[in-house]
Amino acid sequence: MIAPLVEVKNIHKRFSGVYALSDVSLSIAPGEIRCLAGENGCGKSSLIKTIAGVYQPDEGQIILNGQMYDNLRPIDAIHEGIQVIYQDFSLFPNLTVAENLAINSQLEQGRKLVNWADMERTAQSALAHIKVDIPLRSRVETLSVANRQLVAIARALLHNAKLVIMDEPTTALTHNEVDSLFEVISELKSEGIATLFVSHKLREVLDISEKLTILRNGRKVSEGETNEYDEASITYHMTGRHISGNQFTFDATDDEIPLLSVDKLGREGAFENVSFNLSSGEIIGITGLLGSGRTEVALTLFGIHPANSGRMLIDGREVLIDSVDAALKAGIAYVPEDRLIEGLFLERSIGDNIIVSILDRIKDRMKFIDFKKASSIIETWIDTLKIATPNSENPAQSLSGGNQQRVVLAKWLAAESRIFILNGPTVGVDVGSKLEIHTRLRELASNGAGIIIMSDDMPEVVQNCNRVFVMHKGQIIREYKDDFVEDQLISEIENLK
Amino acid sequence: MRKLLKTHESYIAVILIVFSLIVGIINPKFFSIGNLFGLLKSTVVTGIFALGVLLVLISGEIDISFPAIGVVSMYITGTVFEAIDFSGPTILAFLFSGGIGVLLGLINAAVISTFRLPTLIVSLGTLSAYSGFVLTFIDTRIINRLSEPVVVYSKLAFFRRTMESGQIAELHFSFFVYLALAALTALILRYTIIGRGVYALGGDRQATKRAGFSIKKIEYFIYCYVGLLAGLAGIIHSAHVRNANPFDLVGGELNVIAATVLGGAIIGGGRGTVHGTLLGVMLITVINNSLILMGIPSYWQRFTTGFVLLIAVAIPQIGSVKSIRTPRRVRS
Repeated sequence: MIAPLVEVKNIHKRFSGVYALSDVSLSIAPGEIRCLAGENGCGKSSLIKTIAGVYQPDEGQIILNGQMYDNLRPIDAIHEGIQVIYQDFSLFPNLTVAENLAINSQLEQGRKLVNWADMERTAQSALAHIKVDIPLRSRVETLSVANRQLVAIARALLHNAKLVIMDEPTTALTHNEVDSLFEVISELKSEGIATLFVSHKLREVLDISEKLTILRNGRKVSEGETNEYDEASITYHMTGRHISGNQFTFDATDDEIPLLSVDKLGREGAFENVSFNLSSGEIIGITGLLGSGRTEVALTLFGIHPANSGRMLIDGREVLIDSVDAALKAGIAYVPEDRLIEGLFLERSIGDNIIVSILDRIKDRMKFIDFKKASSIIETWIDTLKIATPNSENPAQSLSGGNQQRVVLAKWLAAESRIFILNGPTVGVDVGSKLEIHTRLRELASNGAGIIIMSDDMPEVVQNCNRVFVMHKGQIIREYKDDFVEDQLISEIENLK
Repeated sequence: MRKLLKTHESYIAVILIVFSLIVGIINPKFFSIGNLFGLLKSTVVTGIFALGVLLVLISGEIDISFPAIGVVSMYITGTVFEAIDFSGPTILAFLFSGGIGVLLGLINAAVISTFRLPTLIVSLGTLSAYSGFVLTFIDTRIINRLSEPVVVYSKLAFFRRTMESGQIAELHFSFFVYLALAALTALILRYTIIGRGVYALGGDRQATKRAGFSIKKIEYFIYCYVGLLAGLAGIIHSAHVRNANPFDLVGGELNVIAATVLGGAIIGGGRGTVHGTLLGVMLITVINNSLILMGIPSYWQRFTTGFVLLIAVAIPQIGSVKSIRTPRRVRS
């Protein structure tokens, strides 16, 4: 048995009386790939911050490389080879790749002057270490998220890392990028560097990790070899519930006029000849690789980038959607990809966010906002969507990701929208909240709304849509209907790469 | 090469050249050696202030107290040196004024760093506190009799020649002081760890801390350096106008900040270069001075300055906004 690299025993951590971690133990061996899974707020972040010395546990022991620490400071953790790559990467967007990589080492040497040649050498060898090639002199803000992450990893390795902790590393990555990240992790393993991978994406957890630790409500609920788990059992441990995915079905009636009819819609340089019908009560999916044009279609349907050609009909009548305003009037709602920056006013209250698009309708005779009416609408939607908040006056940013998503839905529901376009509705949402959102969408559909989901999350699309369109290079190349086979769709998408 | 042309600095250089050509065509006197030397001298005080403003902007903050630091340093130096009838080397007067500037900068730094307040707010306070201090506790009269060494300095010029019109054209020594300070600032920003720390701080404060920089040290450095530059700008200004006026300089802060922003420093922090600042200062000075040469009435001058400034900073923005709005083809 190899001596563990990191060993934490019976850790307790309270924040103002509330347990963030209770009696958690974890042991990581050198070179091991460990996954730490759990829903948002389960204590994952608290645990990694404890290992990194950022939080001091209230009780329990931390042993790094056989050395017991009573009062672990971040600098001690770094000296013991623990490196954390936070979700924001902690990079300097305005500085070059080389400087981002090597400024630490220059600082550590206690230098007063910058040695640029030395800096570039350090940076070059750091990138070579993980076998990637990123131009040293480009500024970090010009890099893709995946490349920024690689820079962050390369930087972590410069400090003789023995354990690299990655907090939700795949959230913003595409499939290909996730694959290359996994290659880097395997590469680290071959050098004896362990990885602690924090995630709530089940497929990734199963793909990459050797051992798995699952937290729920601050407790360790399960631990073992990853190959002893499958998606269902991980979901069960994470949520404490058995979640069964059932297929969404829709019974079309033939003679009905479609709710939305898109006819040969095109926008120069983005997509062309896009046609489909959406009936009331239907959920359709549009999928494709990143850059296939699906996001552009969504933006055009919502009037942000109006179409150059083709037409749109709602209830059989032609409508001109040339602005967001026109889209709203036509009853079209858009829930953007990044709900955090596009869909919500994070600092404003939950209530304000819900009524923001219906201010016109809740005016009294004096043109002032009728607050009684407003608050009754707000309460209705908080109840209906089960938004978990003690008070609708709280800022939207006080909510968890899943609840924020619901606020966005509430906003559009309050606006009495009938056509919903959702772009990556569950990106970065944990499995429990994901199910909630899917349930809400189905409820919406059964109440007569038509829903379009733009997503590259195949299981999501397959399970929740009765028809799926595949886009590639700005065109719809195939439609999958009714009882299609998931594997067929997935392999088609894979082949497009 | 194409990349070079796309930088903000080259863009400002182009505007500067085009603007100068227009002015020169309207009034050929613009390109006379006397006018050009005069222009270079006029850039000095604004320019030295702007170098300090550059550092603060790069670090992601805005400081407006520097003219007050300049005036306090200059006026105290003037008063003290007049009282003792100083006749030593000029450099002492510069060190004295610069030293007072550093002290005042130190007070700014202490308040900003200890209470973690935004520089804008702190400097709003210290701006009036410093200039009020002088008016209350020192004096309010204009000192017209400068000490001997400063008078000597005020006459220090090169390339002296008599023009056909009988006017004397000369390039004041201050311009070389300005260039030297600019070079020093550029070297600090590029080749010292603390200089890189200033950029880092403007890029991401949290990451700066995590990388192991001492934010406190960087902040003290920035504001002391700004104080030093302001103190030097103050004494140079005093030498240029041959008096020490306690009501001077304050009020000109926005012009200096505008010049720095024009030179490519970004209010949000993290970006800005010394050569950009030099160009920005030059452009602002050319605009201000040449309007007189073009015969534009003085009320119109303020308006025109503001307008040219808006256009100059808006054009590069229009380019970048457009690239965000047009649908992007994301690589697949």
